[in-house]
Amino acid sequence: MADVTSSRQGTQTEDKPQIDMNMVAIAMHRRSRRLGLYFWIPMIWLVIVAVACIFAPFWGLPPADEIDWVYIQSPPVEGHPLGTDNLGRDLLSRIVWGGRVSLTVGFAAPFIGVGLGLILGLIAGYYRGWADEVIGILIDAWLAIPGLVVLLLFSVVFGGSLFMVCVSLGLLFIPTAARITRAATLNYAGREFVLAAKAMGASDFRIMRKEIFPNIIWPLIAFILIDIPIAIVIEGALSFLGLSVKAPTPSWGGIIAEGREVLSTYPHIAMYPTLVMFVTVLSFNLVGDAIRRRLADVREGAI
Amino acid sequence: MRYLLYRLRRLAIVLGVVTFITFLLVNVLPGDVAYEMAGMDSTEEEVQEIREELGLNRPVLIRYVEWVGGVFTGDWGTSYINKENVWDAVTDRFPVSFELMLLAQILALSMAIPAGMASAFRPNGRADRIIGALAFASVSMPSFMTAILLIFVFALGLGWLPATGYEPLSTGLWANLKPMILPALSLALVEWTILMRTLRVEMISVLQENYIALARAKGMSNLRILWVHALRPSSFSMITLLGLQVARLLGGTIIIEQIFGIPGIGRLLIHAVYTRDFIVIQGCVTFFALAFVTANFLVDVAYAWLDPRVRTGGSHG
Repeated sequence: MADVTSSRQGTQTEDKPQIDMNMVAIAMHRRSRRLGLYFWIPMIWLVIVAVACIFAPFWGLPPADEIDWVYIQSPPVEGHPLGTDNLGRDLLSRIVWGGRVSLTVGFAAPFIGVGLGLILGLIAGYYRGWADEVIGILIDAWLAIPGLVVLLLFSVVFGGSLFMVCVSLGLLFIPTAARITRAATLNYAGREFVLAAKAMGASDFRIMRKEIFPNIIWPLIAFILIDIPIAIVIEGALSFLGLSVKAPTPSWGGIIAEGREVLSTYPHIAMYPTLVMFVTVLSFNLVGDAIRRRLADVREGAI
Repeated sequence: MRYLLYRLRRLAIVLGVVTFITFLLVNVLPGDVAYEMAGMDSTEEEVQEIREELGLNRPVLIRYVEWVGGVFTGDWGTSYINKENVWDAVTDRFPVSFELMLLAQILALSMAIPAGMASAFRPNGRADRIIGALAFASVSMPSFMTAILLIFVFALGLGWLPATGYEPLSTGLWANLKPMILPALSLALVEWTILMRTLRVEMISVLQENYIALARAKGMSNLRILWVHALRPSSFSMITLLGLQVARLLGGTIIIEQIFGIPGIGRLLIHAVYTRDFIVIQGCVTFFALAFVTANFLVDVAYAWLDPRVRTGGSHG
């Protein structure tokens, strides 16, 4: 109400300089919604990590499995900026190469999981009936086994290749993704534009792809953002147990596990990878949170 | 009642599916346990003989049916490696894991409830922002990292608590609890954030209710309002979460028991995984699923008990 009256006054007495409170409110709102330091600082860290990992072979690191017999379990020295591990391998290089594994899994697994969950959720939510029931039971069964146990089973059955780690980790995200998709699909399957498409003779596949999918994509993107740090953490736990990628390939959890054995004498071996992993996961959480809030604004048409 | 019966039927089906999938997974493996038992330099005949002996050469489906029959009569099979009865092995170790999980959950709740209240009392206030930041940090910290940091500080640095080990309850309560504190704390430091956030959201809306305003108007102290009047109606989602968290905790105990050398069910499972002792893996997974399903059923019951509306309003969902 106040806005309406103030703008009307503004048009009536034009010689008088008037502050349009409406515009001020919009400006303040924009300002508050600008991505702040809590977005940019973690983002910069993530970019540094990503660049370091992607270009790991090119910036002159010693190979991750090369043993330097002069420095074994050494604190930071010339040539080894973060020191060396139990076997005298360069810690910085191992962390960077381990980061490749963590980041690959962190990005691949959520996409695999959400992709498969999307298909299941669409089928369950669109067709309903027995398909819904069967998928519901499968999802409940999947949720009744602790995630780590599923991964243990998979690592035993399918061995420790990077691809299989991504796939089996991705499987963990299916239940939630499928539930989100199903709920959203139920919401849209009865709407007028879907009925209209049906009346025009569109196939089920076309309706799902062209009518429903664009509407349900946003919650799924938000879900992927949440899942990236989770996937990195779980991969860390798995490789901590020695059940992720096979031994000579470094991974963050694996380095921490090796460092644990000499924690009392050489704490730096466990502490550096712990620190890097913590900061990275925290950064993913912060960035994901900022983007998610932004997405919510976009969806509400506030932008 | 009808709702609970529906849940029960559904849970039975879920258990059936879980055990069957696990059985399939475990039994289609390349390189089965017969190889492991026969040793490195054994002939194909010897391996076949062991397979024959264990009944591994029969179709998977028949073995599954037999195994299910065994589960109902209390015969969960015997370990391939050390001939231990699986049911005994699981029930021997479960109390240890249960104690750890219970302790972790108690610690998590005792952090989450005061923190959630403090945040909900003045949303976006200073306390809320500090607690929110702490929660953000600790959610980015997986339990194995927390465990390592805790060991580093409290066991190696300060020397207050032992880094590893386990004492049975018969040696005294404190002796039993002492090595359990760090493992439970490392689990709790991950779990409390989720509980805290749910409690905070629900409590913010409860604090808007009329009866809270009335209590305030009567001059009741803030602490009493929060603990006596607001806590119970705001704890429903948190209770539901407690049930769902059982699965996470079970997963968490696996890795925590491994780090702290606690002889619980998680170590049994990991050991079985390393030695490919499939019948034990099968037993552990079944037990995990059973525990999870039971916990969630209990949560449904607790829900009906906590919220009179569920009891009288009939079925929901």
